[in-house]
Amino acid sequence: MAEPNHGLGGLKYDPSKKARPQELNVFVALLIIVAAFEILGRLILGDSFLFNTRDNVEGLFNTQRLSIIILQVATVGIIAIGVTQVIITGGIDLSSGSVVGATAMVAMSFAQTALVNGNPNPKAIFGDWAMDLPILVPILIGLGCGLIAGLINGALVAYTKIPPFIATLGMMVSARGFARWWSTGNPISFPTESYNAIGSGMRPVFVFIALAVLFHLIMTYTKYGKHSYAIGSNEQATRMSGINVDRHKVLVYVIAGMLASVAAIVVSSKGQTAQANMGVMYELDAIAMAVIGGISLQGGRGSIIGTVIGALIFGVIISGFTFLKLDAYYQEMVKGAIIVGAVVLDQWRQKSRGARV
Amino acid sequence: MSDFILETRGLTKRYGGVHALEDANFTLRHGEHVAVVGDNGAGKSTFVRQITAVEQRSAGEVIFDGAPVNFAGPLQARESGIETVFQTLALADDLDVPSNLFLGRELFKFKLGPFSILDRKTMREKTMEALKTTAVKIPNVDNPIRNMSGGQRQCVSIARTAAFASKLVIMDEPTAALGVQETAQVENIIRGLKDRGVPLILVSHNLRQVFDLVDRIVVFRRGRIVASLRKDETDGNDIVSYITGVKGGVEV
Repeated sequence: MAEPNHGLGGLKYDPSKKARPQELNVFVALLIIVAAFEILGRLILGDSFLFNTRDNVEGLFNTQRLSIIILQVATVGIIAIGVTQVIITGGIDLSSGSVVGATAMVAMSFAQTALVNGNPNPKAIFGDWAMDLPILVPILIGLGCGLIAGLINGALVAYTKIPPFIATLGMMVSARGFARWWSTGNPISFPTESYNAIGSGMRPVFVFIALAVLFHLIMTYTKYGKHSYAIGSNEQATRMSGINVDRHKVLVYVIAGMLASVAAIVVSSKGQTAQANMGVMYELDAIAMAVIGGISLQGGRGSIIGTVIGALIFGVIISGFTFLKLDAYYQEMVKGAIIVGAVVLDQWRQKSRGARV
Repeated sequence: MSDFILETRGLTKRYGGVHALEDANFTLRHGEHVAVVGDNGAGKSTFVRQITAVEQRSAGEVIFDGAPVNFAGPLQARESGIETVFQTLALADDLDVPSNLFLGRELFKFKLGPFSILDRKTMREKTMEALKTTAVKIPNVDNPIRNMSGGQRQCVSIARTAAFASKLVIMDEPTAALGVQETAQVENIIRGLKDRGVPLILVSHNLRQVFDLVDRIVVFRRGRIVASLRKDETDGNDIVSYITGVKGGVEV
């Protein structure tokens, strides 16, 4: 409807010069990184990163590697979906990794079987009443843990006005402490078969994709999404427009907390055990995925699609280093550099945007 | 019905010991456009902030639309029909024009609490209509307003106010940061409000603009209203003498 030459104050609008969507840039980056590993692999190892080079396996692509990448990305990716929403409102959530640990412990306690190979469960937390419960019980209790953590985070941020960084840092430490206290540091194992099934095979990937699609739609088409962007963009203006910013923030942190607990259920089911130190550093991986995917730490910008692509980039880089037989120590160092690099890139983007006005 | 859409009686605001606004008695008729002028720190913005309830007054009464009001905040004032363009732009930079226009009063296709589905098509159509009636030209309403010039953004802000204007519009220096052409456009919007009979309080430093647009001029000096003059019974020099205090003491 907008006429292309409908100028104002001598300004002309040229639709062909419309800025490329950020997601496209991120996607191109993904392709370049994959290509880089492919080339490095061929040069250094004489092996392909992407394609199948074994005679005993069928297929064009190295499906084994690709499925490992996606599977690795899926769990933290679920957290990243929630973290993305928090960052879009201008906040940050450092507690998600610890919430994963706490939720895994609690949920697993309600997912245990009474008998292991005919013997009583050696890792039993509760008495017989908590054994062989329907699958819904550990799931709902797990989601409840995320909800409570999110409520506390959100209420602290919205009503005490302390910086989100501090509020969620406190939750990060406390939730980890809670996870250790829950079973005095012992792992919790031997879940029911139905609980095991949640994280088996490629199911975590389907959970990740389903949640990504759901929240993409929510962020794009609903009031919740619109107001999240508005708050991250200009909180004062949003408040003046009559939106209950505080209540909205609580909801955003609750959703992020619950997504962390979904990840906890998936990861504890996949590993068939829960440990207090589960999910350590997940929060930073999730933030890294979001930032790589073009989510601005200033708030207001980014999308779930961006985060999904960012998660893939993250997974490809980690997998690529393993493929190149790079030592695990180097991987950690490089991971840190990637996170910082992505934020630096975001700052540059903002500056160049600012200059264009 | 009373003659006045807005009336203040003895409106006073003190910040600690500072009397920012003293005993302001002010009236605004239906459909009337009034300018509020004065030097920096004369109390113009303070006056506006008491009416829109951005701040709570220390003393006095505000009578709006025939009844005394005690707004808890700017939101309540807006819900009662007072639309305000603030000095600082109240826009979300990362949202497009329709989203900004409808921020906080979105239209929905389907109600579901926070997850209500937005009716983007209707909001966009209504935005185009609103821009048309206010004669605001925005090259592409689907762009985030971050990419627009200060003038265009101010126009969006004012178009929002004008589009939803119900009973009273207040503008606090709407053209302070604008270029010539953009200022002209904002002034056109104001004339449009006059034609539609929407009353306006315009805070401005620009006397040329004030004489161009409004019916009456109210001068503030040192927190007090020192003059209230119809446009045709005064001139620029007269107003300046009131602003600077050469003339004064006329109780209104």
